[in-house]
Amino acid sequence: MPDAGTRPLLDTKGLKAGYGQSHVLQGIDVTVGPKGVVTLLGANGAGKTTFLRAICGMISTEGEITTDGKRIDGMATEDIVRLGIAHVPEGRGTFMELTVEENLRLGAYVRKDKAGVAEDMARVLNYFPRLGERINQQAGTLSGGEQQMLAISRALLLRPKLLLLDEPSFGLAPLIVREIFDIMRRINTEQGVGILVVEQNAQLALAIADTAYLLETGRIVMSGPAADIRKDEAIRKSYLGY
Amino acid sequence: MDAFLHQVLSGIATGGIYAAVALALVMIYQSTHHVNFAQGEMATFSTYIAFALLTFAGLPYWLAFFLTIAISLVVGVVVERILIRPMATAPELSAVGVFIGLLLIFNSVTGWIFEYTIKPFPSPFGDKASPFGTFMSAHEFGSTIVTLAVLLAVYLLFRHTKIGLALRAAAYNPTSSRLVGVRVGWMLALGWGLASAIGAVAGMMIAPVVFLDPNMMSGILLYAFAGALLGGITSPLGAVLGGFAVGVIENLGGAYVVGTELKLTMALVIIVGVLTIKPSGLMGRAVTSRV
Repeated sequence: MPDAGTRPLLDTKGLKAGYGQSHVLQGIDVTVGPKGVVTLLGANGAGKTTFLRAICGMISTEGEITTDGKRIDGMATEDIVRLGIAHVPEGRGTFMELTVEENLRLGAYVRKDKAGVAEDMARVLNYFPRLGERINQQAGTLSGGEQQMLAISRALLLRPKLLLLDEPSFGLAPLIVREIFDIMRRINTEQGVGILVVEQNAQLALAIADTAYLLETGRIVMSGPAADIRKDEAIRKSYLGY
Repeated sequence: MDAFLHQVLSGIATGGIYAAVALALVMIYQSTHHVNFAQGEMATFSTYIAFALLTFAGLPYWLAFFLTIAISLVVGVVVERILIRPMATAPELSAVGVFIGLLLIFNSVTGWIFEYTIKPFPSPFGDKASPFGTFMSAHEFGSTIVTLAVLLAVYLLFRHTKIGLALRAAAYNPTSSRLVGVRVGWMLALGWGLASAIGAVAGMMIAPVVFLDPNMMSGILLYAFAGALLGGITSPLGAVLGGFAVGVIENLGGAYVVGTELKLTMALVIIVGVLTIKPSGLMGRAVTSRV
């Protein structure tokens, strides 16, 4: 039995999930090691979002999901969050009617350590100063990029062990995407937060990930060190399209 | 002029009742997107609980008052968990059916337990003079203070507490709420509990005026609904102000325009008028969002 802290932040074995009768995911094995940055690449409809939803207990699943050795499949989303898994969902999940500050405070909802929350609040506002400028603004009035920053900040206020990100680059200007990916890298190196990022933009994701998985219509068709996949021209051309 | 002032002040007193019920309606509306037709009957039931605690158990008024609020909160939570929860994904009409069923259940159960005869209900403020002398009775003054205190308490709860933030988050965006660890199901149930508790206060404050019977709140629910629509059913503050406004309009209209017989008609006129001219109400906001 490995020591705590060396067990994977996330380990799925034969994970199947879907909506209604059909299985979108047909047996997925993915591992995120401690402090690892893993990317799951795939085209539209490959099942990337479904995979993240399955991990968070938002849809019913078959197979095994563990975090730090603990089974979480079948658990309620609210309880999975309490184990330190934060999810930046597709569409960013902004509380449109609430202020930026209230959105952030909700991120720390399950935490009791007020001093730590204040510290993390200052930290995310340092990462994204723009949110600080808009702290009392209704979150629905933020631009897409600002909402993405808010979604990541909200997730960080959980002080998570593992951060799940669903297409953080979606619909954003290249400059903002770069900013967000830089911060993701800092979050990983400075705070040791494990990251599982699902992306269509393979080039970007491979640049920050240490391990990559390729998902095609519900199956993992390839996996390995991100650096190798990035260098492999055949894979790039046939699967990643750049 | 004195008569006019009297009408306005006593309109504010009943308006406070409408405001409280309107707020209860808005709270349920924000999480379910339905108007709880049974809100009035639930409040009536609560008032009977207070009646039982006062008459049969012989408790002092304020003890019975707070005990009734606590019991009503539990009743609201139980109703949500048992009857409303299974309706979360049901089609519109099923939900409406459940609300009407709830109305009938509460009405019949109340009548069955406590009989349909009209009963007097005590006022804790007696018949001493109010600071407004002849313009406002002691009960009108006292009940206005109580409803204002309730509205303030609800405001502070929602705006300045963690649980209030979670309650709002759960109503606005259940999916994202779960992802930050909010127990959405319990928050929605608690919302029902709070609405039921607010209704209980409204019931206990209006009962000394209209007397206690199982249909006591049916007219009041209509005025409250008119108030909620007038202020905007998506805006708690709007609904509260709308409730007060309807109270004053009702009194002035009854005294100077249509006569007491047609007072309730004005509620319907307001409802139809608002829905025709400005469906979102005076303060109902369309949520701005960019993508």
